[in-house]
Formats: sequence, C-alpha cells, structure tokens
Amino acid sequence: MTALLEVDDLHVAYGGIQALRGVSFAVDEGQVVTLIGANGAGKTTTLRAISGLVKPTRGNVRFAGKSLLGVAPHRIVARGLSHAPEGRGIFANLSVEENLDIGAYLRTDKAGVAKDREHALTLFPRLRERLQQNAGTLSGGEQQMLAIARALLARPRLLLLDEPSLGLAPQIVALIFQIVKQIAKEGTTILLVEQNAHMALKVADVGHVLEVGTLVTSGPAAALAADDAIRKAYLGVH
Amino acid sequence: MTKFVQLLLQTLTLGSLYALIALGYTLVYGILRFINFAHSDVVTFGAWIAFAIAGALGWASTGSPVFAMPVVMVLAMAASAALGFTIERLAYRPLRKAPRLNVLITAIGVSLLLQNAGQLQALFGKDPVKMPRLLSEAPLFKLAGVQVPWVDVVLVVLTIALVIALQWLVFRTKLGQAMRAVSWSEQTAALMGVPVDKVVSITFMIGSALAAAGGVLYGLKYRQLNQTADALWMLLGLKAFVAAVVGGIGNVRGAVLGAVLIAFIEVFGAGYVSSKMPDLFVFGVLIVMLLFRPAGLLGTPTVEKV
Ligand SMILES: Nc1ncnc2c1ncn2[C@@H]1O[C@H](COP(=O)(O)OP(=O)(O)OP(=O)(O)O)[C@@H](O)[C@H]1O
Ligand SMILES: [Mg+2]
Repeated sequence: MTALLEVDDLHVAYGGIQALRGVSFAVDEGQVVTLIGANGAGKTTTLRAISGLVKPTRGNVRFAGKSLLGVAPHRIVARGLSHAPEGRGIFANLSVEENLDIGAYLRTDKAGVAKDREHALTLFPRLRERLQQNAGTLSGGEQQMLAIARALLARPRLLLLDEPSLGLAPQIVALIFQIVKQIAKEGTTILLVEQNAHMALKVADVGHVLEVGTLVTSGPAAALAADDAIRKAYLGVH
Repeated sequence: MTKFVQLLLQTLTLGSLYALIALGYTLVYGILRFINFAHSDVVTFGAWIAFAIAGALGWASTGSPVFAMPVVMVLAMAASAALGFTIERLAYRPLRKAPRLNVLITAIGVSLLLQNAGQLQALFGKDPVKMPRLLSEAPLFKLAGVQVPWVDVVLVVLTIALVIALQWLVFRTKLGQAMRAVSWSEQTAALMGVPVDKVVSITFMIGSALAAAGGVLYGLKYRQLNQTADALWMLLGLKAFVAAVVGGIGNVRGAVLGAVLIAFIEVFGAGYVSSKMPDLFVFGVLIVMLLFRPAGLLGTPTVEKV
C-alpha cells in the first residue's frame, strides 16, 4: 500500500537561503503525523511546498499516488488537500460565514456543503453565534477555530495544520487539540506542524523532528515523547 | 436657481463619467494593490472603438436606429474587456511577484504604447473625429428652467445601473467573494481553491468594460474625440483617479462618492468661484485629503500588504 502523502528528498531555497535540505517522510491514510521543530527549522516551508505555494528546487511530493509538482495551489485543493496556514489566514474583510463559504469554494454538492458546514459549527459552536460578524473582529482562538472549520469545508482527505496553538492561551490550545483529535477520529488524515511538541505528540501517531531543514529523528509519537534528548530539547524537561 | 440646477446637472453627468472610470482604478488596486496607469488609455480605447464600430455598422451619419447606442456600447465594452484581459495577461501577470515599482513602470510603458499605437493610421489615426449622435440631444424634460437632454439622462441612469450591478457582483456573488478574498491575500485565497489568476483576469475585464462605458458616454455627450495621446484623455483619467483616491482607493462605494465630490467641486468651483482653473480645486481637494485623511473618505487605514 502506498502512503496518502509521500514527501521525497524535498529541497527548498528562498533566494540564497536553503530552507529545506532533503526532507523525506510519508503520511498514511488515517494517521495523524506531526512535524515538530524550533523556529526557522523549515516546518512551514514543508507545508507550503506540499500546497504548491513554493516550488521545490529538488525532490518530489506525491498525493494519492500522483505528483503535485507544478500543480497550481487551487488545483491541489481540488485533489483533496486542505491547508490551514500559519497565522490562520482569516479573511478579515469577510464575515465568518463568508470565510466558511470560501472554504467550500470548489465544491458543487450543495447538500454536502450544508452538512459539512453544520458539522463544523457543531465542532466549533462559538462560530455559530458569530456567523454574521466580521471575521477580523474574532479573538485569536476563534480565528484559529474558523481557520480549521474553513479548511474542513473543502472536505479534505488530508488536512495540513500549521501551528494551530500559536499565540493562544493554554485552555484554548487544549480545546483546539481536542477537536483536532476528534477530526482525526472521524477519518481525516492530518499533518500537524507544531512548536508545542508536548501537545502535538499527544495527538499524533507518528512524529518527525525537523532541525535546520533536515529531519533528525522520526518515530512513533509516544516513543518520541519518552525520548530523553527530545524531552530536553523540545519538551522543556531538564 | 437656474444656474444652480444647471451646475447640479453638470455635476451629475461629469460625476457619472468619473465614477465609471474610478471604479476600474479601485477594483484593480483593491485586488492587486497597484495603480494601473494604463487605465485611462482603456477609456480612450473604449471611446474610439465605439466610434469605429458605429462607423462599421453604418451608424456614422444621423438617423441611426434606437438600438444603435446599446449595440455600440456593448461591443465597445466587450472589446475593452478583451484589451484589459490582454494587458493583464501579457504585461502585469509575469510581474505579479516582482517589486511594485517594476509593475508601475510597466504600466506607464503600456500606457505610452496604447497612446502611440492608437495614432497609427491603421487604428484610429491622428485627427480628432466627431462621435456620431447615437443619443438624442433633444430635451427630455425641463427642470427649473433647465432643459435636461436625453443624453444626460441616459448617461446618469446607465451609470447608476452599472454601479448597482457591480455592487451586487462584489458583495452578493461567489465571484465577488473570491475577489474580496484575493484582495485580502492571494496566497490564502489560493489555499481555499480560488483560481487567483482567473479572478484577477475577470477583475481587469470588469474594470476595463466600465472604463469603456465611461469613454463611450463621454463621446456621446461631448461628441469630440481627440487623438489617443491627447492630454484631455489623460486629465479625464487623472481626475477619475483622484476621485478613487479621495473616496478611498480599493473601496467601490468610495469611488462613486469621490467621483461625485470631485465633479461637484470642479463644476461649482468653476461656476461660482473662478472658471479659470477648475482643475486647481480638484487637485487641491486631493492634497487636503492626502494630508488629513490619507485613506480617503470611505477607506480604512490599512497596513501595507506584505
Ligand atoms: N519568504 C521567505 N523568504 C526568505 N526566507 C524565508 C522565507 N520564509 C522562510 N524563510 C526562511 O526559511 C527558514 C525556514 O522557515 P520556516 O518558516 O519554514 O520555519 P518554521 O519551522 O515554520 O519556523 P516557525 O516555527 O518560526 O514558524 C528560516 O530560516 C526562514 O528565515
Ligand atoms: Mg512556521
């Protein structure tokens, strides 16, 4: 069986800066895989390369067996890959409802969209009360909820989440991760990028540690969480 | 009173022309954050192509049928939309990720190209022409002693209809939603499945079609079409641009409000203060606005897009 997502020897450079130097990993259908690492390790770059926002200088990305190289970002979405970007990327000039609509932009199955929208609002009831509100007026936590809900409206086979915990209070982080777990349980495959290794390794099946553009450690999430070196470097345990 | 009504009527017609042109500047700025300096040349092209179409269809002389004006208008708008599409595709799209200054210089280059190409004998030529009278200049009704001609009424009513249609498109349709999303962030819009290039193309086409409507109506009202590089066209475009900035560039309602305000100041300034330098008032308003409210009347102060 081939994996749902295969990232193979991925190299990305920004001008002269080599951000990724040969990253390879796979995500199987139904898994939650996390990519952890410090600031500037290349986590966001990896997701952007998968989504087609940056062009790799070398290597390949395959999704459901087909290469994504050279495919425009909006066509990648059409193939079943949805990306909630770092910093949430909420359209602050649109209402909450319109943000959700945009998430389903490519879908034509009205009934299916209505059902998924209902489901997303059940996962994030706070959004329901704020549908008509301008999305820019939401709190950080609510914006993150909207970013995830919006990404779900594309009905993705694979959901890419870039630092959903960024800048949020611990209770909100806990709430968000609980919902990420729920989404995974309902059958969506997830590739989760996090600096919050503690939370990420709790929800993930598999973890990879990224350091300055290369994967240094990989393994079952539970094993990584128990690894002394990782505990020291990423979990703040001394 | 008669003078006042006369000036008011002038404000409405001139404001309508400015509004149609200003909308193109504001739409393109709203979505790409750049000033399309070639926009006023699309206005000129729209007016001239309408003249050419009317001639080709045999409506150059008097006594053209009533449907002549709508037919010429629709064809000129379509031709200008095609021109706008081509300009974006060939000149601006390759520079989408280049520094803004490069795009600006390219836009000036496109403008010069259109101004000079238009003077070729094979295109519109060097000599001014008289636009055929496709709209009656006969009075439709009389208001406080002022004869209101057909052409003025059609001009204002058509502008209002186009503005309402645009407003509906931008705020009530899926395409409009996509346009607003791209305006906020091209990349995030792409991540949602929005075909950004297509949305940008359509935006240019809509802006260019509205510019053509402005150009054609200008021709029908003032009748005289100067050659494409004439300063008159540039001034028309420039004042519409000022209207867009004063209203808050990027804001559709702002462009209309700014257009009416600029026309009001120009017309009433000339009518009651001094008829020597009406443009002085227009650019005076621009300077005052830039000093005290740089985001414009309806614009929200925003941080520069990164
Ligand atoms: N647009 C860009 N231009 C130039 N360099 C960039 C750009 N984006 C990222 N980089 C560089 O690439 C490297 C990887 O950045 P990336 O954003 O992928 O890191 P990250 O792991 O997501 O970090 P963080 O946890 O802070 O989000 C960094 O050195 C960064 O400075
Ligand atoms: Mg990052």
